[in-house]
Amino acid sequence: MSEADDRVHLTHEHALHLLREMTRIRRFEEKCAELYSGSKIRGFLHLYIGEEANAVGVMQALTEEDAVVATYREHGHALARGLPMNEVMAEMFGKASGSSGGRGGSMHIFSARHRFYGGNAIVAGGLPLAVGLALADKMQGRDRVTCCFFGEGAAAEGEFHEAMNLAALWKLPVLFVCENNLYAMGTALARSESNTDIRAHAAVFGMESEIVDGMDVVAVEAAARRAVHAVRRGEGPRFLETRTYRFRAHSMFDPDLYRPKEEVEEWRKKGPIVRFTDWILGTRLVHPDHVAALENEIAEEIGAAVAFAEEAPWEPVEELTRDVTTPRGAEVTA
Amino acid sequence: MSGTRRITYREAVREALREALTRDDRVFLMGEDVGAYGGAYACSLGLLDEFGDDRIRNTPLAESGFTGAGIGAALGGMRPIVEIMTINFSLLALDQIVNNAATIRHMSGGQFSVPLVIRMATGAGRQLAAQHSHSLEGWFAHVPGLRVVAPATVADARGMLWTALQDPDPVVIMEHATLYNEEGDVPEDEDLAVDLDRAAIRRAGDAATIVTYSANLKKALAATDELAGEGIECEIIDLRSLRPLDDQTIMTSIAKTHRAVIVDEGWRSGSLAAEISARIQEQAFYELDAPVERVCSVEVPIPYPQHLEQAAIPQPHAIAAAVRKTLRR
Repeated sequence: MSEADDRVHLTHEHALHLLREMTRIRRFEEKCAELYSGSKIRGFLHLYIGEEANAVGVMQALTEEDAVVATYREHGHALARGLPMNEVMAEMFGKASGSSGGRGGSMHIFSARHRFYGGNAIVAGGLPLAVGLALADKMQGRDRVTCCFFGEGAAAEGEFHEAMNLAALWKLPVLFVCENNLYAMGTALARSESNTDIRAHAAVFGMESEIVDGMDVVAVEAAARRAVHAVRRGEGPRFLETRTYRFRAHSMFDPDLYRPKEEVEEWRKKGPIVRFTDWILGTRLVHPDHVAALENEIAEEIGAAVAFAEEAPWEPVEELTRDVTTPRGAEVTA
Repeated sequence: MSGTRRITYREAVREALREALTRDDRVFLMGEDVGAYGGAYACSLGLLDEFGDDRIRNTPLAESGFTGAGIGAALGGMRPIVEIMTINFSLLALDQIVNNAATIRHMSGGQFSVPLVIRMATGAGRQLAAQHSHSLEGWFAHVPGLRVVAPATVADARGMLWTALQDPDPVVIMEHATLYNEEGDVPEDEDLAVDLDRAAIRRAGDAATIVTYSANLKKALAATDELAGEGIECEIIDLRSLRPLDDQTIMTSIAKTHRAVIVDEGWRSGSLAAEISARIQEQAFYELDAPVERVCSVEVPIPYPQHLEQAAIPQPHAIAAAVRKTLRR
């Protein structure tokens, strides 16, 4: 890989693509919040609003062959990874046409054909899986990267440290992406970590790391490209800390009492979409008509996804116990 | 007719590992001290030299990390065998086993299987005290999505691993730590694969049915030797598979003997013995001529001194007494 591959080529098309992907996630989740209020979506719903630049930026650096492991706040990652919005929306509804057949819901979106390994609702529970996926690639001599997303809250978990050590010890092709949104549910970083420099944890294992502005999609893409290329060159795992912020509460049950409203407002001003839009309009890379057209397209896509989810069938109760284990004689996916 | 040869349970496990590593490139062994040390119970002694450190993969002390890595590697197309030094240590990996290995297939709508084998040493009898001696097999057998097996004989230790590796879902193999030095016969040159779906009748009889598994098979056999002297011929069922349970073999035997004694090294409350007892009441209540008896461990953490440790776990005399009780003798 040449160094040129590390750069972001911000053409008109690419700028519009980045804006479209972030906006799709934003509008999709706004619709989800509305549908939650209308009881179409139930259970936990963890919105990614404010953090879109992270998933969108990082995904630009990955190929279809690479693997993604995400958390329970993964709608954005699933959409940015290329899962059809229809399937993701149907999964939110719990319908059989959903990406996990409706079995997982908001927190457990899976897609074998996109190498999207969930949707893990145990904080740090996905990190060891990512290590194993990368180990399989290394043992089989495949040139693939496993990208693992998690929040800064994971740094307090033992599995985080165990997995980071294993990946570094065995020089595995993993990109660890820590989306540091400053709060683990309602606990501020300084209330849970003796050392609030998350990146220091990577240094302990001799892992190269970088901090990037998670509200700047281009910066995230550039950092992810640098990291992914290093991983692909066989240099072992890399660690990327994205500094970000969620504008909404932790989940729909969260009254959001633990942080000042002014803080949320400050972050909203530097939101990834408004900031990127201002910039690409200011530099005339994109015309306002394009932005308006893009919003219309997305509104149509969301309308179609909601209709698809509404019309999708429920899994028959008779199938409740199907796939607890693999049916005998069935093809094994793994 | 092929003959048999006599090897130890440990050698049987090692042979099974060697066979699996030889037959399938995707198989590798991963765990604490499986490499240069040769495994805490010497099961992998010599395999590092034979297969190299990529496939005999020594891990740090990170049960959750390496068990989860085994799950990930299975998802990535490998056939990992994860060794956990003792069942007590497996509690550090329960998150990965219960929340990931057991759920991923169902939760993903059938998109992913986790063809992982986890081996662990279990049980009391070696004076290793309360953090190395427990029998928590029943906890694992509680969890849908897992298959749990317990080889009680040398032949099963030799044959079960390969069968487990053919299973597309996670299989936990429970190896009782007191069995590793036991000797037994294995077939010389037959296909050694073991049917994991069926329990085995280790002794035929019609006076009472003893249902047991793992190392307690030996104790049940000792008890039946004692009872045979009194003219009581018991049938012994070795469960082999703890999840799923082979109800049919159990109920067929009870239809013949009309009496059941369950021997389980787990604690009585909420035990596998409790589950089997409940199933007997559900499925064979009208066959019973006496209440179901259970011989389980005393509800204490397993203590270090030998006399207390032995007093805490099932013994042949207690099994014999339970059988007599079902016969009102």
